[in-house]
Amino acid sequence: MLQLIQQPWPWYIAGPLIGLIVPALLLLGNKHFGISSNLRHICAACFPSNLSFFKYDWKKESWNLFFVVGILAGAIIASVWLRNPSPVLVNPALVEELKSYGITNYNYLLPPEIFSFSSLFTVRGFILLVVGGFFVGFGTRYAGGCTSGHAIMGLSNLQWPSLVATVSFMVGGFLMANVILPFIMHL
Amino acid sequence: MAFGILFVKGEIISWFRIQEMFRLQSFHMYGVIGSAVIVGMISIALIKKFNVKTVHSEQITFPVKQFNKGQIIGGLIFGLGWAMTGACPGPLFAQIGTGAFVIVVVLLSAIAGTWVYGYFRERLPH
Repeated sequence: MLQLIQQPWPWYIAGPLIGLIVPALLLLGNKHFGISSNLRHICAACFPSNLSFFKYDWKKESWNLFFVVGILAGAIIASVWLRNPSPVLVNPALVEELKSYGITNYNYLLPPEIFSFSSLFTVRGFILLVVGGFFVGFGTRYAGGCTSGHAIMGLSNLQWPSLVATVSFMVGGFLMANVILPFIMHL
Repeated sequence: MAFGILFVKGEIISWFRIQEMFRLQSFHMYGVIGSAVIVGMISIALIKKFNVKTVHSEQITFPVKQFNKGQIIGGLIFGLGWAMTGACPGPLFAQIGTGAFVIVVVLLSAIAGTWVYGYFRERLPH
């Protein structure tokens, strides 16, 4: 049984379970699913710097901060006790492409060739980690949400601005993965 | 917490899965997001139809989202970052939980990005 749980979960199990978060949060207290707002709450709590965007009652949304701490804790549990012992199975075409960038380690969910402190001090690593992270923070707030708030919560509630946002996410992602990333990876 | 386990076991926080998604090399991520949205839609429809209340008997409300150009511009920028880091905000926290501590740097960068947005917000097109 444990071995069954340790295998990566298929989309038709993970997806619906994620979807159930939507009604669960609503029923528990009219909370709307959306994680990127936590980045804003952290700014508001730690360094509002007299900017109007950060002047609001962030404490009312503190349930959301607990939510992400929970994510962290859950991930720790999953990695320690429910870990999948085999390497990640990836599409062979991608494996070939990644090999040309020097990525061959599939033992973790993230390639250590990029995601490590030593990589941070390379041009490539710095761009992917720091600039990439910056885009995530800047972009999600500019768009007013990320995949949880727009793609899942927004679309579930049939909000067409969320569809616009989701389409934009995908366009940006496709552009980066197929056009720009090859350049960055060869730096 | 359950969400964290879900993220890790569903592999949606894997950089590899995100790369596959953006190259149309795997159905996995589309299956996850798609089935999540369908479950979300059905559950919200049910809540609205039966006027279900919260466990504290409060009314459940659904504010309407306003459209603004930020969704397009910000959305594109986030998409770029998503393909670079292989994560959106939720997975960042989960990745740190799996032991990829360098992700703390990514998270700090994301917070910095959010802050810079707050700083320039009035001057950006919406």
